[in-house]
Amino acid sequence: MGPISVKVKLFASLRTGRFEERDMELAPGTSVRALVHALGIPGQEVTLILVNRRHRDWDHVLAHGETCALFPPVGGG
Amino acid sequence: MDKILRIDMGAAGGPSMKEEPVGAYAGLGGRAMTSAIVSKEVPPLCHPLGAENKLVFAPGLLSGSAAVISGRLSVGCKSPLTGTIKEANSGGQAAIAISRYGYAAIVLEGKPATNDLYVIHFGKDGVKIKSDKSLKMLPNYDLVDKMKAAYGEKIACISIGPAGEMRMGAASIAVTDMETRPSRHAGRGGVGAVMGSKGVKAIVLDMTDLKMRQPKDVEKFREANKKFTEGLKSHPVTGQALPAYGTNVLTNILNEAGGYPTKNFSGGVFDGSAKISGETIADLETKRGGLATHGCHTGCVIQCSGTYVDKNGKFVSKQPEYETVWAHGGHCGISDPDVIAKLDFMDDNYGLDTIEMGVTIGVAMEAGIIKFGDAEGAIRLVDEVGKGTPLGRILGSGAEVTGKAFGVERVPVVKGQAMPAYDPRAVQGIGVTYATSTMGADHTAGYAVATNILKVGGFVDPLKPDGQIELSRNLQIATAAVDSTGMCLFIAFAVLDQPETFQALIDMLNAFYGLSLTADDVAALGKQVLSMERDFNARAGFTAKHDRLPRYFLNEKLAPHNVIFDVKDSDLDQVFNW
Ligand code: SF4
Repeated sequence: MGPISVKVKLFASLRTGRFEERDMELAPGTSVRALVHALGIPGQEVTLILVNRRHRDWDHVLAHGETCALFPPVGGG
Repeated sequence: MDKILRIDMGAAGGPSMKEEPVGAYAGLGGRAMTSAIVSKEVPPLCHPLGAENKLVFAPGLLSGSAAVISGRLSVGCKSPLTGTIKEANSGGQAAIAISRYGYAAIVLEGKPATNDLYVIHFGKDGVKIKSDKSLKMLPNYDLVDKMKAAYGEKIACISIGPAGEMRMGAASIAVTDMETRPSRHAGRGGVGAVMGSKGVKAIVLDMTDLKMRQPKDVEKFREANKKFTEGLKSHPVTGQALPAYGTNVLTNILNEAGGYPTKNFSGGVFDGSAKISGETIADLETKRGGLATHGCHTGCVIQCSGTYVDKNGKFVSKQPEYETVWAHGGHCGISDPDVIAKLDFMDDNYGLDTIEMGVTIGVAMEAGIIKFGDAEGAIRLVDEVGKGTPLGRILGSGAEVTGKAFGVERVPVVKGQAMPAYDPRAVQGIGVTYATSTMGADHTAGYAVATNILKVGGFVDPLKPDGQIELSRNLQIATAAVDSTGMCLFIAFAVLDQPETFQALIDMLNAFYGLSLTADDVAALGKQVLSMERDFNARAGFTAKHDRLPRYFLNEKLAPHNVIFDVKDSDLDQVFNW
């Protein structure tokens, strides 16, 4: 199987020195944990993982065409 | 803070004052104080704009002390917008000033027989009340300039703009910030209209030489305050995210979660969100020479606010809150931050609740008065409200009245108050709070978004009904207690996650008052406040049938998750069954 394509979005402080949005080619079976590691983001900096607008955890295996949004701890109201 | 000042605005021969000991209300602050006075003294069936209603200003238990972030002010009355009891909460300098003058509450009572407009001034030689017709229909910023000229630069001002004088349902009460700008508002529920009905344009408090309130146990208090501050600084939300991006950091996340109410709650994702996100606006402020991190009152250590400036670096408004950016932005299909900041300023200046006003404009768009996305049209409509044209009078009465006047079915209100920036179908916990809060649709009353979306205090799936009742119940209880301390509600992000920070808050209260409260006592206080409010509402004619969302949230699916609000009515009736 060839690589899959996933849209990755970073928000708030995760953008600093990185990017806002990027289409990435990933090996099939890549988890969110592996993606975050590959991006060089320390795990504790990410608290919110939304894949196709749903909360997912670190072990979620990304599928072709999915959008993965990563957030640091945020709050407001 | 051991006395209450009562001002009878309707006394024969002009307003009269009476100072009395705090008496039966001893030990109460903030929302506990306003709700206790209103529920005990205001006839629940009274007209909110009549002489029988009372308008209560109460600083929190710790306001005016050295406790950090303790300067929130509670404003209570029977609400002309909802017909329920109301506590509207504001930042700014006034709570600090009132508490340092020694008052646990200022109560405006009665109603003048004439159309005089009064200024109440607190200074070295006591409290003076003066009629000044020249202030009529002055917007808040112009009014504060006049007050500074008359009473000096070092003042805190509580005031209404034209909207309050016209007794509009969307009218707010403005409170000046550290720069003496009327940028902080007790926004919700039409409290400004009640102040207008009392004939009070402004309460001006001289802040020179006011003494800090001292704790009973200085050492213990200092220690607890230090621990509390450290807790706020070390939590990533209160220590980093809120200072850096403000509340508007939520735009992107609610949008990513599909719960961002777009174009009058017709969808959960807004295509213009990136242009108005907290990241974008913080960046813009910094580049233009504004401020992305700023406090709304002395002693705030979170500093979620900022200063929004135009291309030339000129002041436009304070940094608009998430709720404002949403109400005037995504809800109306508008994605120009300069327009939103201008609308924020206009609301502050005319004295309008940004949530009620923004939601109303969206309802007007649904009615076809102007089109979604029409930024100039939105500015024109808010101007009509401030000027009091016939159309402006309708819009200024809020979303529900506007929906009725123009035959709109989809009007996002509960108990007559506009919903804030979270669609209850995609964030079901906040839907429970909207439906059941004693205040009408109010996100701050039990901020389930924290646990549904932000994973603070655990995680409860936002798209399912399971666990939402308990979540909303616990948050409503905790919030009623926090609102009584004078603390900003945003401390909750740290307090929910860090038991030692919660304990430091309790230690601070104990050291200040020489008490030995436990966490259970704090929860009991929250329950007591909610019970007083529920009791008032019941006597005002509210039943379980009013604790419901508008039917279309149960019948029409929200994209992209294609969900309805799925919490059963019988479960909603269990929220206050503790
Ligand atoms: S965190 Fe924000 S709203 Fe709360 S007191 Fe500080 S500046 Fe005001």
